[in-house]
Amino acid sequence: MEALEILHGGTFTTIQDLGRKGYQQFGMPAAGALDITSLRLANRLVHNNACQACLEITFIGLRILALRDILIAVTGGNLMPKVNESPLPMWQTVPVRRNSSISFTGVRDGIRSYLAVAGGIWVPEVMGSKSTYIRGGIGGVEGRPLMTGDRLHIGPPATGLPRCRVKEELIPHYGREWKTRVIMGPQEDYFSRRGIEAFTSSEYTITPQSDRMGYRLQGPVIEHRREADIISDATYLGSIQVPGHGLPIILLADRQTTGGYPKIATAISVDVYNLGQAKPGDRIRFFPISITEAHEVRRNYERHMESSMETLP
Amino acid sequence: MQGLGELIPSYRSLLVEYDPLVIGFQGLKDQLGKIEKRLSHGRISESRRVEIPTRYGGELGPDLEFVASHSGLTTEEVIRIHSSQDYLVYMLGFTPGFPYLGGNLERIATPRLKKPRIKVPAGSVGIAEKQTGIYPIESPGGWQIIGRTPLKLFNPLQPPHFLLAAGDVVRFMPIDEREYRVLLNHGST
Repeated sequence: MEALEILHGGTFTTIQDLGRKGYQQFGMPAAGALDITSLRLANRLVHNNACQACLEITFIGLRILALRDILIAVTGGNLMPKVNESPLPMWQTVPVRRNSSISFTGVRDGIRSYLAVAGGIWVPEVMGSKSTYIRGGIGGVEGRPLMTGDRLHIGPPATGLPRCRVKEELIPHYGREWKTRVIMGPQEDYFSRRGIEAFTSSEYTITPQSDRMGYRLQGPVIEHRREADIISDATYLGSIQVPGHGLPIILLADRQTTGGYPKIATAISVDVYNLGQAKPGDRIRFFPISITEAHEVRRNYERHMESSMETLP
Repeated sequence: MQGLGELIPSYRSLLVEYDPLVIGFQGLKDQLGKIEKRLSHGRISESRRVEIPTRYGGELGPDLEFVASHSGLTTEEVIRIHSSQDYLVYMLGFTPGFPYLGGNLERIATPRLKKPRIKVPAGSVGIAEKQTGIYPIESPGGWQIIGRTPLKLFNPLQPPHFLLAAGDVVRFMPIDEREYRVLLNHGST
């Protein structure tokens, strides 16, 4: 059923879910939400299945008209959302009446909001996912960002379930400084001692040449031992490539599945999800941890996700 | 094996995705080690062979002449060298369905274009140094385009989504303009 009309697509709004699984061996990027944590929480707040699609709203300007009474939740970056003229509370279930408008009016914290609608945004699945992959022109609405006049359908919403909110202590405050934990390698040995030292002890800045494929960073050059090329191999979410110029690139959801630059380290997934909220000019530092520590972080993360909700009074 | 996710093969490695909540790193490493040991004694199964009908030269292969003059050969010789050998698909990457092919192309090796094209049509067969490949979707690209295949290498809307997989063996088969048109129309119906 039709539920939303796009009055203005804003800077860059796409439909995303958990991503396209199983086709990376064929060169197909996974796509999917950058900030998976916020996507999962948004779906949970409206009692959607975890694999439902949401709107990923980057920066400002999106305006939507509700074509029927709906339940929504907005999580992630605070883009100063409003229902008609009033502030829309984030991180909780919000009923929105037919003919209301929802708009994203400014950047207060972070850069990407996730909007879930009870029932899930319904678009045809392409290769098992609703995620928009812009470069391939597939998924979402015709493989492109949303624009004025698009009408979005939703699936049947769960009914009779309580309205919820995310517990206060679990609501993130992003800021502009990022501490990203990494596991060193797989091609750590392509870098000199000085190169590794620069990577682990310097502050880097996220440049405007950053998008859903990856973030390009500016900062102290990371020195290679010899050549800066490897025989191409697979990349992963959070892979940190360092091409010949010595400046790192963090690979994200829309990354190419293979690459020919050595990878000095891999950022742990939980921290990569957060980086979905980083914006040009933000500063980032890397902290090496062990695989065992990374797994412990993951277990704690899942525990927090499990107990993240409370019923609204 | 429980907890395994995607497997991404490349020239000399295999990326194994796993769920650390299901299987630990050491456990996975041990199990993979056992499989690897068994592999070295086993035989690699027969490769799937895929023929790639290709219209060489003309509008569909605008760089064939350049590759020929760069190699000091005639265009016919370039076509013969390119189409008379088997290529192993080592991996797919760059864009969905793009095959990295291994073969012996020393004789017709040609550098990439100085200025990459903004749009290379889907199906274009190209050469870059000693490599050859096929563009599955329209994309920017700097390879020397010597021909085009009417086959669809990538179809997001309908399975099988990909014509090729790592481990396949491909061979290019020269076709004329008429055959190209017929196969193109056949593919689209």
